[in-house]
Amino acid sequence: MKRLLLAIFCFLSFAAYANEPTATTEEATDKEAFSPGEMILHHIGDSHEWHFATLGDEAHGTHVTIPLPVIAYRPAQGLSVFSSSQLAEGKVYNGLKLEHEHLVSEDGSKVYDFSITKNVASLMLSAALLLVVFTAVARGYAKRGSGAPKGIQSFFEPIIIFIRDEVAKKSIGPKYERYMPYLLTVFFFIWFNNLMGLMPGGANLTGNIAVTLTLAVLTLLITLFSSNKNYWHHIFATPGVPKALLPIMIPVELIGIVVKPFSLMVRLFANITAGHIVILSFISLIFIFGSVTVAPVTLAFGLFINMLELLVAILQAYIFTLLTAMYIGGAVEEHHDADYQMGGGDGADTAHAH
Amino acid sequence: MQIVTPELGLIFWQLVIFGIVLLLLRAFAWKPILSSLKERESSIEGALRMADQAKLEMQELKAGNEKLLAEARMERDRILKEATDVSNQLIEQAKNKATEEGSRMILQAREAIQNEKNMALAEVKNTAAKLSIDIAERILRRELADQPAQQQLVDSYLKEVKLN
Repeated sequence: MKRLLLAIFCFLSFAAYANEPTATTEEATDKEAFSPGEMILHHIGDSHEWHFATLGDEAHGTHVTIPLPVIAYRPAQGLSVFSSSQLAEGKVYNGLKLEHEHLVSEDGSKVYDFSITKNVASLMLSAALLLVVFTAVARGYAKRGSGAPKGIQSFFEPIIIFIRDEVAKKSIGPKYERYMPYLLTVFFFIWFNNLMGLMPGGANLTGNIAVTLTLAVLTLLITLFSSNKNYWHHIFATPGVPKALLPIMIPVELIGIVVKPFSLMVRLFANITAGHIVILSFISLIFIFGSVTVAPVTLAFGLFINMLELLVAILQAYIFTLLTAMYIGGAVEEHHDADYQMGGGDGADTAHAH
Repeated sequence: MQIVTPELGLIFWQLVIFGIVLLLLRAFAWKPILSSLKERESSIEGALRMADQAKLEMQELKAGNEKLLAEARMERDRILKEATDVSNQLIEQAKNKATEEGSRMILQAREAIQNEKNMALAEVKNTAAKLSIDIAERILRRELADQPAQQQLVDSYLKEVKLN
């Protein structure tokens, strides 16, 4: 953990260093052109190349970027794969060009963009990292058996146990074991990507609505596929609700099914994106004021928010996992559990009547 | 508006890559990790239970030992007491027997002494009788010759007898 924190610190200081000269040169050439909104949206959005820094001014300087593969599918022409450097600075290649980071065809026909964008590349990196880290953890168990954990294994073990005992067991109940792989993968996927997003040059993957949408839909599907009779009984004949109210209650409950994952999607997306926007806004202040003297203050604030984001990174991962577990728990709940709850309610009512 | 518009490409890749990660981690990480965690927990629980059981057994054993020891002590005391009783009895018996024997022997000795005495008395009587007869014979023989001498002789014999 110490080493991890140290690494993050190093990257943070590097971020300050990397952002400053780039932006100052930008500012030096044309002060009027700096638009924080545009810069921030560019940073939190996706891109077809992985841009790290620009040395010199925007038009003539050197762009330190990694070109990424563009994979486009057009019904007429079929699949075309080429490097994104072919499309740099508005160039047209193979009848395709980039418009505000959007791949469009010159003739206006439909393009399905399956490019390995910055986010996809980051996604692949995080996938590799997850696989490396957790197979290493698993190797620790294979090596030490039921002995005391050591090294990376002892760092992740309490977290895994926490997810199992505090999240899965408490929210899902006795059938928790089936859902453990998904919960653990979701938790560590979100956490790792949140942290990677905080690194300079890192992609804002978990702050991308497509990613959170996919995760939320997976949660919804798992909830629906593991739902039992009782779950649907609660939706279509909510116990304790008069029959006359059912025409209102059923749509409300049905909307509820969709609203739950929708809230998951928006919560993660908004939290992570907002954090990035705040940090970038603080850094932008330097260029808005046009003075280096504000830099210490804004960097201090930026650093503070960054620390906060480290907390938010794990917190959001936890919340997403917990809520997923709770939704699944609601779907697999046994009838007698509900009866028990209802019984408690009835008991309270009779007590009240007395 | 762009940031809230999900892109198809990213959804596709997210689905594919997340799915692969999920399947791979499930097979190579979560299953072994969770199963060994479970195994370890059960082994710890088992070890604790066994330790408790061992403690209980130990206590039982200790209690048993103490009971055995107490029993042995009681047995020893009983044996000792019995032995003392037996020895006392033996001594008493021996004493009684010795006394009996002694008195019997004394009785025998007395009887023997009595016999001896009777025999001695008989002999004395015989001797005395013989002597008397002898004396009487001699007196008778002298009487025929001399009266005063006769008297003198009787006196001398009597003297002799007294001396004897």
